[in-house]
Amino acid sequence: MNKHSRLHLPRSPARPGEAPDFSYVQLSPAGAVARPDVNARARDIGSLSLDLVRVLDDDGNAVGPWHPHLDPAELQIGLRHMLLTRLFDDRMQRNQRAGKISFYIRSLGEEAVSVAQCMALRPGDMLFPSYRNQGLQIVRGIALVDLMCQLLSNTRDMCKGRQLPVMYHTKPGNIFSISGNLATQFPQAVGWAMAAAIKGEDHLAASWIGEGSSAEADFHHALLFASVYQAPVILNVVNNQWAISTFQGYAGGEQRSFAARGPGYGIAGIRVDGNDFLAVHAVTQWAAERARTGAGPTLIELVTYRAAAHSTSDDPARYRAKDDHKHWPLGDPILRLKQHLIRQGEWSEARHQALTAELEALVVSSWKQAAAFGTMSEGPKLDADLMFEDVFKDMPASLLKQRALMRAETGKSGASSAEET
Amino acid sequence: MANMNMIQALNSAMDIMLGRDPSVVLMGEDIGYFGGVFRATEGLQRKYGEHRVLDTPIAEGGIIAAAIGMSINGLRPVAEIQFADYIYPGFDQICSELARIRYRSAGAFFAPVTIRTPCGGGIRGGQTHSQSPEGIFTHVSGIKVVMPSNPYDAKGLLITCIEDDDPVVFFEPKRLYNGPFDGDPSKPAVPWSTHPKGQVDEGYYRVPLGKADIARVGADVTVVTYGTMVHVATAAAAAMNLDAEIIDLRSLVPLDVDTICSSVRKTGRCVVAHEATRFSGFGAEILSIVQEECFWDLEAPIQRVAGWDTPYPHAFEWEYFPGQARVTMALEAVMEPA
Repeated sequence: MNKHSRLHLPRSPARPGEAPDFSYVQLSPAGAVARPDVNARARDIGSLSLDLVRVLDDDGNAVGPWHPHLDPAELQIGLRHMLLTRLFDDRMQRNQRAGKISFYIRSLGEEAVSVAQCMALRPGDMLFPSYRNQGLQIVRGIALVDLMCQLLSNTRDMCKGRQLPVMYHTKPGNIFSISGNLATQFPQAVGWAMAAAIKGEDHLAASWIGEGSSAEADFHHALLFASVYQAPVILNVVNNQWAISTFQGYAGGEQRSFAARGPGYGIAGIRVDGNDFLAVHAVTQWAAERARTGAGPTLIELVTYRAAAHSTSDDPARYRAKDDHKHWPLGDPILRLKQHLIRQGEWSEARHQALTAELEALVVSSWKQAAAFGTMSEGPKLDADLMFEDVFKDMPASLLKQRALMRAETGKSGASSAEET
Repeated sequence: MANMNMIQALNSAMDIMLGRDPSVVLMGEDIGYFGGVFRATEGLQRKYGEHRVLDTPIAEGGIIAAAIGMSINGLRPVAEIQFADYIYPGFDQICSELARIRYRSAGAFFAPVTIRTPCGGGIRGGQTHSQSPEGIFTHVSGIKVVMPSNPYDAKGLLITCIEDDDPVVFFEPKRLYNGPFDGDPSKPAVPWSTHPKGQVDEGYYRVPLGKADIARVGADVTVVTYGTMVHVATAAAAAMNLDAEIIDLRSLVPLDVDTICSSVRKTGRCVVAHEATRFSGFGAEILSIVQEECFWDLEAPIQRVAGWDTPYPHAFEWEYFPGQARVTMALEAVMEPA
């Protein structure tokens, strides 16, 4: 070993067998960070990118200038969406383990990111998600059955069997198609926002990326174009500390916060407690108002923790400390909002249990409906002819020929095919 | 009709489309105020404003990505990549995103982006300003690939591409911007005004994709080519007094297989010529199709003319370039009696 190396190798604070250690996370007390005017210039509010905006204190009180003063009914809706996201995730994880779907990605511990942010935006705002933003689909009202049919690649799959599970889209819900390649959506969102400005419309675009994929050039292209054209866009880095097995230090998080990439490009950067529903909502609303009023783009770093595996294909026990998420200093987003609502007299354990039971039943009944449209092992199957459609708007002669070959190969006449004209 | 070189014809196409369709926007490095390093967008920002003709940062990946986002929001962006040699930073956004958005979203979203980019050599550009990477893009499912060989086609094809709801990479052989080039650099430059395809309709017209042009009708041999090599091959065959049928593909994806195969069935001989490197080049695809479709009509093995499989060298440009000598050797080989 070279004891005197000048090469710094970022090291996870805790690997298997070690005690979890989150002392590296820079925290600010709840309520301690000032809330600048929405028209503040990026250069005058650089400290926001290093502090941590928090509204909920350890006892569940909402404090300080970022308190969004949301109606309790809205908070209850937020709680419902987060809980539904978690229960949906939990059931789909089990379905994958049971061999009913091929792959799944949970958002356990990060539910406030998608739910609070989406609730702070308008329906006409265009969302460019990553693959751990299922809360956006839930808030925008996409039926669980539709999401499940996509996971099953069944006869009602919105992607017609072309995408891995969780790569949803909804045109009427204004949520762009999830790529599966990392970070590509970030600069696309900026282009969408530029077009909104060119057309004189007041919608904004929002996009999400993990801290790990902020290492990609696309992240930097997004910040550059957002800065140059002052595009009405909200760029969100979900810092859940892990990129599969790789600690956020390898994305450059040790030396400087991810939010601080913003001021480097002349963009407002703000760091927020990603497990604090109220803080996430308030910061997103602030950024949205900036975008809508022409004050420019905002880079938000949502500090959270990936409590689950990256996906169903990896086992975190092989690369990080056991149950480390239980020691995460910012807690759990659902428990914290629940605690706040109970403290306000707007919620109770009994109501929480009842809601949990209701949503579990919804997930179960939705799965039954979805499975009726086909599963991997039984029921109706997608027509393989679909693989040749939508490569181009009109099918070229070359693909018509290949489709005929495929039909011959699979012994399929094709005469009954729905898209046959 | 007016005399136009290829730059003027491309400029006219973009001018017309900016005027006809408010969703058309142009974007690229140096294209706005300055009008582009090859002047293809000259005067268009002044005419249509800075919101329609945008100068961009030097970030090809960002340009393509932003164009994709714009297209999802209802615009029809025409992005210029200053040299095809610079397109690689945008490669992922083209291949993994642009090409597949319609497919992966089952038609819910589509991205009508046209990427214009000057390609090819013969201009002393060395290895970073001379490449012909069209074959890299023809290998990607979901993007159309176009390369005109003259001003008339350049304008009509570009209009068609801008109006197309699928993404297109539109290669412009830059050696042809100012005049047809027969592959002999020692001859004085010939302007487009001397060529019938330099006569260009000043108004709106389309040249369809997927329809090759028979640049010269002939009976002895079929030369399948595109871009600069259309002119080189025509000159080489003329010098040999060969009655060659010269097929200018114009669009590589979609490909006009019928025109190629009808011609080869008629002549029984085939040479495929392109400027791009040989190994795994687009010519190999043409060869394969002709072999599959026309094997029993062939009188001789198909010949292939291409750039050497080296980077494009600065000092050895004319030893590298597939000029008339290389075409002539291929024509001689294919005409040899069995």
